[in-house]
Amino acid sequence: MTNDKNNLIVYCEWDEDHVADVSLELLTKGRVLADKLGVKLEALVIGHNLGDVEKTLMPYGADVVYKVDDARMYPYTTNPHAAVLINLFREIEPQICLMGATCIGRDLGPRVSSCLHSGLTADCTSLEIGDHKDAKSGKEYTHLLYQIRPAFGGNIVATIVNPDCRPQMATVREGVMKKEIFDPAHKGEVVTLDVDKYVKPEDFVVEILDRHIEKSKINIKAAPIIVAGGYGVGSKENFDMLFELAETLGGEVGATRAAVDAGWVEHARQIGQTGTTVRPKLYIACGISGQIQHIAGMQESSIIISINNDPAAPINAIADYVITGNVEDIVPKLIKYYKKNSK
Amino acid sequence: MSLNIIVLAKQVPDTRNVGKDAMKEDGTINRAALPAIFNPEDLNALEQALRLKDANPGSTVTMLTMGLPRASEIIREAIYRGADRGVVLTDRALGGADTLATSYSLAQAVKKMTGYDIILGGRQAIDGDTAQVGPQIAEKLGVPQVTYAEEILGVAEGHVTVKRRLEHGVETVKAPLPCVVTVTGSADECRPRNAQRVMKFKYAASPTERTQLSDELAQRADSRCPEIIQEWSAAYVEADPEQIGFPGSPTKVKSIENVVFTAKESRCLDNDDAQIEELIKELITNHTIG
Repeated sequence: MTNDKNNLIVYCEWDEDHVADVSLELLTKGRVLADKLGVKLEALVIGHNLGDVEKTLMPYGADVVYKVDDARMYPYTTNPHAAVLINLFREIEPQICLMGATCIGRDLGPRVSSCLHSGLTADCTSLEIGDHKDAKSGKEYTHLLYQIRPAFGGNIVATIVNPDCRPQMATVREGVMKKEIFDPAHKGEVVTLDVDKYVKPEDFVVEILDRHIEKSKINIKAAPIIVAGGYGVGSKENFDMLFELAETLGGEVGATRAAVDAGWVEHARQIGQTGTTVRPKLYIACGISGQIQHIAGMQESSIIISINNDPAAPINAIADYVITGNVEDIVPKLIKYYKKNSK
Repeated sequence: MSLNIIVLAKQVPDTRNVGKDAMKEDGTINRAALPAIFNPEDLNALEQALRLKDANPGSTVTMLTMGLPRASEIIREAIYRGADRGVVLTDRALGGADTLATSYSLAQAVKKMTGYDIILGGRQAIDGDTAQVGPQIAEKLGVPQVTYAEEILGVAEGHVTVKRRLEHGVETVKAPLPCVVTVTGSADECRPRNAQRVMKFKYAASPTERTQLSDELAQRADSRCPEIIQEWSAAYVEADPEQIGFPGSPTKVKSIENVVFTAKESRCLDNDDAQIEELIKELITNHTIG
């Protein structure tokens, strides 16, 4: 067991037979932050049949890899994993803990932070090291983790600090940080933890009955981004492009009544007076002229982009951005340039 | 088996249009300056609670919210849809709380109630999007949690079976009661108001609201639906002053930067690669996408 304390630790998510990408992205970022702080970068992997996972993690800069390998620890359940983190953190007192803002990280992080009474910031889009002066007490702090995240539906970007409690915990979504090999030859220490020392039998309270892949129901109302198509899309095949754009951006596909009536998409996607009313953060209207019945169902969207080959289409009057051109030319470009610039 | 169900709900500012004047100097939000709505995923949670109540005769649904006194509005809304009663945890001392201080305060309120079998709440609120309060309350109460629930499949023999919606699929889990379940927006929508309940409970008033009523309306409130909306203070739930509100919050807001959406008038672009790439970059920079 290493005696080092106050390092930076990344909780690495184990997905059946590999470490999740988001964890490798966090190791990459964690390496940079650890160097700024002059501390070690540690990785914690909990799962089953981990093999020599350290060979994957060390090239990303991990100096120490903690392993918990036990059949009961995979698939993930909350309390056993939380117990490992809580008890391990009491021993090694990390100053920073990073985890993915995934279904697992967003389930585990709050449980651990509540127990340790440490602060946790969800879904950070940027992490930096910096100083802080408390406005009320005037107390000064150095080398804190700046946890930067959008809040209020993206209307503000807040920098959060965690002056007094440790570890400073943050979650980050997949794809936000860049994944980059630090040094293929980087070597570190492996510490195998005895699961029974950290997890009590009564922690295994939640039983998983079934896991399987299943597509989500269509829920355009809750989608932050909607790519909607009208009659101008032209065909069912052209709608595939809209689905690709929506998937790339993390949104849903919507449609006008004309497109639904033409049989190109199912009724559940219809937006407008006789369909669903939506107000997403971003609405991309593709080949939609802008009948008042459709406008009524989407005009409160925060940002509207209209793609239409008719510069005089009525929808353009309420659009923030108007792109004049054919849908089948422009949509692939949106996909291409999003993929190019998103990381 | 009749169930004692608690639903956690939050009245949230409508985050679509937040002006600079809505922020206080310390970086926390002046909620009073914004239009307030029922947090959407809490309505999904309420629907799951009402279904449990329908399936298990004799069950009760108690709403619990923390916020300004006007948060009684969402309690009344929930009662119109089928909830039985509600508590507004409201106190100046609770202001400026981060998720941890909020969870502690709500957990104290839960302890003040006469037991519970299951606590339901939305996965997250639209003003913070943190998804932290549910799991943190579960930890404070020392009970298991089930997050990302899309459907409660049933309760039997002291266990609840829940279908969870994860990134790439679904998971069905069985957890012992009592426990905390947080519900995602992909769950079924909440039923609308029930006209008979609206007639019956329209005079329901919190203590603060009652003081503003005419004598006649106050009398109606007292005779038709007395005390179904309560207000509890931090002292009443025996909250440790050092663990609540701004002082009890480990995280502090260091600074706030407003994201400025400038495109008020339409900006016209052609089918031009450079222009389209510029647009995408702009949308990524202002956090609209990515």
